[in-house]
Amino acid sequence: MGIVQGDQMILNIGPQHPSTHGVLRLEVRTDGEIVSEIKPHLGYLHRCFEKHSENVTYEQVIPFTDRCDYLASMNSNFGYVVAMEELMEIKVPERVDYIRIIMGELNRIASHLLALGVYGLDIGAFTPFLYMFRDRERILDMFELTCGARLLYNYMWVGGVSHDLPKDFEKICIGFLDYFEPQIKEYNNLLTYNKIFIERTADVGVIPADVAVSYGVTGPNLRGSGVKWDVRKDEPYSIYDRFEFDIPVGEGQFGTLGDCFDRYWVRMLEISQSVKILRQALKDIPDGNVHQALPKKIRPPKGSVYRRTESPRGDLGYYIVSDGTPVPYRVKMRSPAFTALSCLDEVSRGWMISDVIAILGSLDIVLGEIDR
Amino acid sequence: MTVDFLIDWFAAMGDFPVIAFLLAVIISGIPIFLIMALNAIVAVYVERKVSAFMMDRIGPMGQGPGLHAGKWGLLQTAADAVKLLVKEDTVPETSDKFLFKMAPYIIFIGAFMGMAAVPFSSVLQVADFNVGVFYIIAVGSIGVIGIVMAGWASNNKWSLYGAMRSAAQIISYEIPAGLSIIVPIMMAGTMNLQLLIQSQSGTVWGILPNWIIFNNPFTFIAFFIFFISAVAETNRTPFDIPEAESELVAGWMTEYSGFRWALFFLSEYANMFVVSGLAVAGFLGGWQSPIPGMFDSAGWELFWFMGKLILLIFVMMWFRWTFPRLRVDQLMHVCWKVFIPIAMFNIFGVGIWKLIFG
Repeated sequence: MGIVQGDQMILNIGPQHPSTHGVLRLEVRTDGEIVSEIKPHLGYLHRCFEKHSENVTYEQVIPFTDRCDYLASMNSNFGYVVAMEELMEIKVPERVDYIRIIMGELNRIASHLLALGVYGLDIGAFTPFLYMFRDRERILDMFELTCGARLLYNYMWVGGVSHDLPKDFEKICIGFLDYFEPQIKEYNNLLTYNKIFIERTADVGVIPADVAVSYGVTGPNLRGSGVKWDVRKDEPYSIYDRFEFDIPVGEGQFGTLGDCFDRYWVRMLEISQSVKILRQALKDIPDGNVHQALPKKIRPPKGSVYRRTESPRGDLGYYIVSDGTPVPYRVKMRSPAFTALSCLDEVSRGWMISDVIAILGSLDIVLGEIDR
Repeated sequence: MTVDFLIDWFAAMGDFPVIAFLLAVIISGIPIFLIMALNAIVAVYVERKVSAFMMDRIGPMGQGPGLHAGKWGLLQTAADAVKLLVKEDTVPETSDKFLFKMAPYIIFIGAFMGMAAVPFSSVLQVADFNVGVFYIIAVGSIGVIGIVMAGWASNNKWSLYGAMRSAAQIISYEIPAGLSIIVPIMMAGTMNLQLLIQSQSGTVWGILPNWIIFNNPFTFIAFFIFFISAVAETNRTPFDIPEAESELVAGWMTEYSGFRWALFFLSEYANMFVVSGLAVAGFLGGWQSPIPGMFDSAGWELFWFMGKLILLIFVMMWFRWTFPRLRVDQLMHVCWKVFIPIAMFNIFGVGIWKLIFG
């Protein structure tokens, strides 16, 4: 951080702070309210995920992936099992693919709801947070119905899923979607189009497209900068190529392209697109066995695989090296939140402390995934 | 019940002016304190329930009288008050201990003194000044000294930020608040709160009560500027940047706990009460009935005053649970570039209106 000169002051935001979205410490050099440099300190939540993985069998890695991005555990599982199946060249039954996509998209909605609600809280609006949690609760109820867990599911296994969908799940899920879609309008009326909210987010924390690309920012943060890149569409995995959906990108409608509002708004639009995918998947889901392709003992052939998937936070990549034993030689996770956080310093220079909180919130980081 | 009445009463009993004065002040101070405490307890409970219903929750349901676990959480705030009183009251090692302990009392005194001039009805007012409006505005700004003191003495960067923001905000918003409260003073020609309210009797435009807010377009605008500035002066959302929870943890209150924190809390709700009381007295006819000539006995006067005041406090709560928070520069922008010019223009407009229409 260097020497503090003149009127400057070093301020520690975190590790215990209401708006760091976990245990993150930001060392901020400020001049009054104006921020001139930010240095994030990571590692408060480091649990040796990658090293642990080298000492357990391939199946036992899955619960660890849950705990990385704990707000979108289904998507974390999804990335890992897709990578494993690519390494082992397994074809899963069609029903499994559908179930995975339903779960993944439901969890994307849940994760975005939390991101948007907490973003409102960062800006100072309490009520939207509670409304979004109310609706997220119903998604968690559906997960509980399916696999018994509400946060850390360990639901997707290599070659299948742990449990088949419960009876009437389709009906419950359609019922939820019918209830949920009008709610999006309510969120917009309450928070998105609020004059103060727009004032606080538009034009603030602009990430230009080239900066976003050079920092490796992905997911809604990249799309908020106007770059149309979504792994589900551009490098389809599982059966995402069968579904009809759009990739919303930021338009800079209230300010500059790539500002906090755009990142927020892209997430809001993505929720509607997930609803669209869910409706299609629930309509076409075939019958079948969900355990059919499950190998008795996972012993992948020698080799390595890198597979990226679209988690709610962006490109979630797994690099898995196998030496032919039941224990992975190396598991590397490419965390989207980590790359998103890396651009915080460049983006927030010259803004105020309140804006740093707004920018950090708009990046939607999950510290479990950054520290791993 | 005014102080003057008590002083006269004691003076009639014997010639001890100092003792009579002290007794009168203490006796009239007790109800103020009780009202403050009661106000905080009721307002916190109401705020919890109001916010809960706005957020689709049920709010506190535990403590309270009832057959088993209790009903409606009626005693939740009382339980919280007891908790705050028995809690350890920490003073940070590195703080400036004298100022740190002093600050809550100064803030409390500011709120307490303001309560003395609130006209509950034509007879219920502790101190009836000839400069009541001026007095409330003046003592209302004592609190900012305590806030800066608390922020500085805590020796905590968050507290310092909160204090600086708060000082800038309260001092700035006093200007539009002061400029718009001049409007009722111009209309009534007095700063005495009782005379101000008495001037608002009768009707205007035939049907509406003759409250200053309905008198002409300028007074209508002035009310809203005053009310919004008053919300800003009490540090409530959307102007709660001095204690912005998601940015500054708790602002200038970060290092406080227990009873000292309770004093801050008490003062915040008392300040809400006082500024709403001033808004009601200055613009909404005070204790005058909304239907002129009906329901205007002494009991009804208290009812109307409290009804209007509670309505304004409810609107403040409504603001808080609906709006996001402004940024510090946007806050200043609204104050200096929007409210102050409009408030200035209002004074001018009211002057001309009075000249033409009387």
